[in-house]
Amino acid sequence: MDFKTSITWLIPLFPLAGWLLWGLFGRYFKGFSGYLASAFIGISFILSVILFFIVAYSHGFTDTLYPWVHAGTLKVGVSAVIDRLSVIMLVMVTGVSTLVHIYSIGYMQDDKGFSRYFSFLNLFVFSMIMLVMSNNVLLLYVFWEAVGFCSYILIGFWYEKKSASDAGKKAFIVNRVGDFGFATGIFLLFMSTKTLNYEKIFAMVPTMPTLTVTVIALLLFAGAVGKSAQFPLHVWLPDAMEGPTPVSALIHAATMVTAGVYMIARFHVLFSYSHTASEVVLIVGTFTAFFAAFIALTQYDIKRIVAYSTVSQLGYMFMAVGIGSYTAGMFHLISHAIFKGLLFLTAGSVMHGLSGELDLRKMGGLYSKMKTTAITFIVGGLALSGIPPFSGFFSKDAILADVYNKGFYFAWVIGEITALMTAFYIFRLIFLAFFSESKVDKNLHVHESPKIMTVPMIIMAFFALTIGFLGIPPFNHSVFYNFLNVDFQNAKNFAPAVNGMPWYVLSSISVAAGLIGIYIAYLLYIKKAVDPEKIKTIFKPVYALSYNKVYIDEIYNFLIVKPLLVFFDFLWKVVDIKIIDGAVNGIAGAFGSFSVKARKIQNGMLMSYLLTISIGVAAVLFYYFIR
Amino acid sequence: MNNYLIVAGIIFCIGALGVLMRKNLIIVFMSLELMFNAANLGFVAVSNRLNLISGDVFVIFVMVVAAAEAAVALGIIVAFYREKGTVDMDKANELKN
Repeated sequence: MDFKTSITWLIPLFPLAGWLLWGLFGRYFKGFSGYLASAFIGISFILSVILFFIVAYSHGFTDTLYPWVHAGTLKVGVSAVIDRLSVIMLVMVTGVSTLVHIYSIGYMQDDKGFSRYFSFLNLFVFSMIMLVMSNNVLLLYVFWEAVGFCSYILIGFWYEKKSASDAGKKAFIVNRVGDFGFATGIFLLFMSTKTLNYEKIFAMVPTMPTLTVTVIALLLFAGAVGKSAQFPLHVWLPDAMEGPTPVSALIHAATMVTAGVYMIARFHVLFSYSHTASEVVLIVGTFTAFFAAFIALTQYDIKRIVAYSTVSQLGYMFMAVGIGSYTAGMFHLISHAIFKGLLFLTAGSVMHGLSGELDLRKMGGLYSKMKTTAITFIVGGLALSGIPPFSGFFSKDAILADVYNKGFYFAWVIGEITALMTAFYIFRLIFLAFFSESKVDKNLHVHESPKIMTVPMIIMAFFALTIGFLGIPPFNHSVFYNFLNVDFQNAKNFAPAVNGMPWYVLSSISVAAGLIGIYIAYLLYIKKAVDPEKIKTIFKPVYALSYNKVYIDEIYNFLIVKPLLVFFDFLWKVVDIKIIDGAVNGIAGAFGSFSVKARKIQNGMLMSYLLTISIGVAAVLFYYFIR
Repeated sequence: MNNYLIVAGIIFCIGALGVLMRKNLIIVFMSLELMFNAANLGFVAVSNRLNLISGDVFVIFVMVVAAAEAAVALGIIVAFYREKGTVDMDKANELKN
């Protein structure tokens, strides 16, 4: 192994070692497991940065650690593809992970599952790194499921709480629906290409029939819909907020939920050769972006608002990859990972300061009491709203500009409306929580979080402010674009640009949308020009629709969960108890009653036994003689 | 030769009937010995007729085993008598049903 391959395999090694160490010997480490876990991930981060520069200044490579499955012509190895796409993801994943780990030391302090928490967090980072690095579909699928498992176990981290363990199960089961499609897609892919290796698959895609490509792409997209919480499988993500907040920041904002987008970017050749599949991706993404933002407008739980915002922003990314702007999608993925991670961390800090309070109606006036949290939150909010020079501006507008210039006007309009709603809901949260008059319980001692939590927040805020500068000059000539687009050369350009609208025209429209959203929030919640309650009553049906999350949970409950429960009840009470148990007990009973009768032969009279034996011997002898 | 075997058969049947019909354990045991010796008689008769030594060797074996078995069986009968105060075979019915 030379230098770069050893670095490659050291990156996942540290989190893996961490998982085993804190998992098996956690009680001996006590509070140190947090610091050591952070250090381990930190080493992985440094190695990722080194790898990033190696790849940036030379070229990508693939490497096989060891052969894994050898069956006939099928050869699958534990092997990594290190190209620009994966190193960017690696740096982002390990970087955000490091900060979240450090933050968690403060957030999870005194929790009795401290080492267990870091053990699973490290396992998650390991799985995510492997998911990003894998160069064949089988390995991708294994770690796709592994991150799902980690998500499940971390959502249900406080398993004594019924709602938390339920939320974990919900996340897992909803993901099963998508992963069923994903697995089927992989089978179909293997059937039609006879290989699982990315490069070989992509080499074959142009010669495959379009229908096959479309079906495979749609099935893989089903997996992405589940993992990235797109409509109609988005229901698990808001509930996933039952887990510890740093978990939400890491898994449910920055890394795991973006795996779907990454997967499509990785399979860009496949998706670009199917117009239909890409169109479906665009439609689902656009609809989800709008739909989730609409729900976020009226929620009161701060973590849920941020969660719906994640769903909505993921919608933007799917819009981007749906029109073939893979670079723009990846850019938004990176900048979103940072500013949304930041928003979650700060939301966690608010929770920490208010002893677990999440309801916006019980906050207000927090700015004076927790300045660092408030300022970093506002930075995150501005980035989310797409106000220059924050990162969200460069990445979101790159997507929207591409959507317009490639001629998808309807999606563009929806995107702009969503941008307005996004700015509104996040600033509604900021104004209600940090400004306006305090509605905090008087007995509550509101305090700023310790340094170990605020420092990661400040670092995140710094990057939320500066990462966007990679997007200069906007948009399709930027540093980031030129760097990453090299990897997408094999994609078919199925949606060529039809407009040459300059970027400043389009950006000013979306910045205006963002500013209008902020201004409306300002009018409603600070100036109180219009009473929000009044608007509530005027638009009652719309408000109710948004407040109740468009009744999606209720619809699923009624259409899927209830009938299934009735069916399973039938299976349990009739099929299991009556038929299966009946058959088993019946057979046992028959033997029992036969034995009771057979027992009578055992009468205790030695004479009769002997007689029976003699008769038997006589019978056998007789049989031999007459034969 | 035939005469030897006929005698052996008669002795064997007497022994078998004794085992089957008597209830006194000691008599049953004696009848068992009778059956052994009937078999022994058959062995020596056949081995003499066929000029084989193996039949004689076998008889010696049977006698040794029978002696050992007699010691064990008499021990059991004594123990049984101490337990029950009788040597009636029908009283040994603890495994009934």
